[in-house]
Amino acid sequence: MTNTKTETATQTETQSKTSLLEEYAPIAKDGLWNNNAIFAQMLGLCPLLAVSNSVVNALGLGIATIMVMILSNVSVSLIRNIVRPEIRLPVFVVIIASAVTTIELIIHAWFHELYLVLGIFIPLIVTNCAIIARAEAFASKNTLGKSFFDGLMMGLGFALVLVTLGAFRELIGMGTLFANAHIMFGEGMQWLSIEVFSDYEGFLLAILPPGAFIGLAFLLAARNLLEKKRKDKEKQKKQQEKLTLETSVI
Amino acid sequence: MFLAQSSPYLQPGLNVSKMMRVVTLLMMPGILTATYVFGYGVLVNILLAIVFALSFEAIILYLRKRPVKVYINDNSALLTAVIIGVALPPLAPWWLTFVGVFFAIVVAKQLYGGIGYNTFNPAMVAYAILLVSFPAQMTTYWQTPTMLLSQVDGQTLSLLETVQFQLFSQLPANVTMDALTSASPLGIVRTSVLSGAATIGEIDAQGNAFGVLGGIGTEWVNLAFLAGGLFMLRKDLISWHIPISLLAMLGFLSLLLGSFELDSNPSPIFHLFSGATMLGAFFIATDPITAATTPKGRIFYGAGIGALIYIIRTWGGYPDAIAFSVLLMNMCVPLLDYYTQPRVYGHKAENNDQEQS
Repeated sequence: MTNTKTETATQTETQSKTSLLEEYAPIAKDGLWNNNAIFAQMLGLCPLLAVSNSVVNALGLGIATIMVMILSNVSVSLIRNIVRPEIRLPVFVVIIASAVTTIELIIHAWFHELYLVLGIFIPLIVTNCAIIARAEAFASKNTLGKSFFDGLMMGLGFALVLVTLGAFRELIGMGTLFANAHIMFGEGMQWLSIEVFSDYEGFLLAILPPGAFIGLAFLLAARNLLEKKRKDKEKQKKQQEKLTLETSVI
Repeated sequence: MFLAQSSPYLQPGLNVSKMMRVVTLLMMPGILTATYVFGYGVLVNILLAIVFALSFEAIILYLRKRPVKVYINDNSALLTAVIIGVALPPLAPWWLTFVGVFFAIVVAKQLYGGIGYNTFNPAMVAYAILLVSFPAQMTTYWQTPTMLLSQVDGQTLSLLETVQFQLFSQLPANVTMDALTSASPLGIVRTSVLSGAATIGEIDAQGNAFGVLGGIGTEWVNLAFLAGGLFMLRKDLISWHIPISLLAMLGFLSLLLGSFELDSNPSPIFHLFSGATMLGAFFIATDPITAATTPKGRIFYGAGIGALIYIIRTWGGYPDAIAFSVLLMNMCVPLLDYYTQPRVYGHKAENNDQEQS
């Protein structure tokens, strides 16, 4: 079992030398759009819905998730040939839990205010199924470099959706963007906080949990619409190509 | 005389369009009474809501590539708009109506698939969303009932002044918001009596909460809606199951639980004739799309709403509870309909049970 795995790994390594871009571009595309943790796999919705009530919170949790994903993917990839398949899941869980604990301690030490805001959701990153899904589906079968890149891209995809939803909810709910930016970037970055609508009454629903569900639904609908349009265009292109081929044959 | 007509000879029932129109017309007594008691704001609210609702409906139907004229003519958006207009505080600013109607028509109705497909009562979705999102505006913009009741000295606005306030939030020079508005009777009971700050007797002595029957001012509105509702029952526009079971449950609970501590529990009559009880029982809970459809299911549905109204009014965080109760029971409708299906003619009840188990 382990032997065959190493063989496939070495095969992919020899291939990757041929063209780096061809190897890594699909990973980026998968992580950011095609196989996005939230849009396509619908994983990790709990932290997404809970913490996306402002851009800063979303950014904080997004960055923490990216770090955990990279750490866990790299570690899993490093030990993928040593761990027996029967016990791989407990090992992955231990690795992810250690990564989350490390990140939590870092945030606790250097971003204490952010730690207070995010609270329980930092330790809960460990329950984000997207992380163990990537460890199992990607990192345990691929080389170190690829796994690192996949962790980065998957984490980025997750963080981007989180920040987008956070921006929408903060804008509609409070009329601001990047409010409380100083708790993440320090006092010097206070200028980041923008009050988009002055004298805004505030739309509480967007900040409350129902706003997260409604906002996510609208984001998913928009993504599906884009995908549909893209597919329709591809179909049209194919048909046109067929037509041109046929006419040229004639 | 012979009928110069071929079969069928049965009179065709009301179609959706006519029924919605008749129900809207039967709300007129209540609306006019509310206008008399609370001022012109009620009429302005309703007009604004109708304009917004029809525009949203037309836009969304156009976007969904549905026949706009057919669906606009079914008058369901009209009824939703009128209910929202009555339910909102009389001095609500225009954007409150706008946001409410948007959520009712676009989100709760059309995004769910349009008329016949919506799980939740659109007007009540709008009310619940507004109450959760803008608690200050939804609770403080209630005008003091002054037009009719001279014992409460407050200020009133003319029609023009009302429009000016609702559209541009400009008050006449000598009028203040505080003089114009007051807590609703249910609100007074909620905040002072139930928290132990004052007893029912003390509130009664102050004379700003209790009228002849129920809450001051709202009692007449409730009576007018009751009249319209009874007329609907008589004309078979709605079945008796939902309103009667709702009112019976609310009355029963307030009688049963209220008879222990008379100092802190208002009477059943107060519960029945305050807030939006009658409007809710006859015009909101009976919505044919979102209510239960079987007779037995309707009784459970109505009783459930009645019980929830009493529970939320007494122990909940809000003074009135029609919207939340109706929405909560809307969720139970598929379950109620499933378990209360009447026996099909010719089938035995026992067989039916065995099949289910």
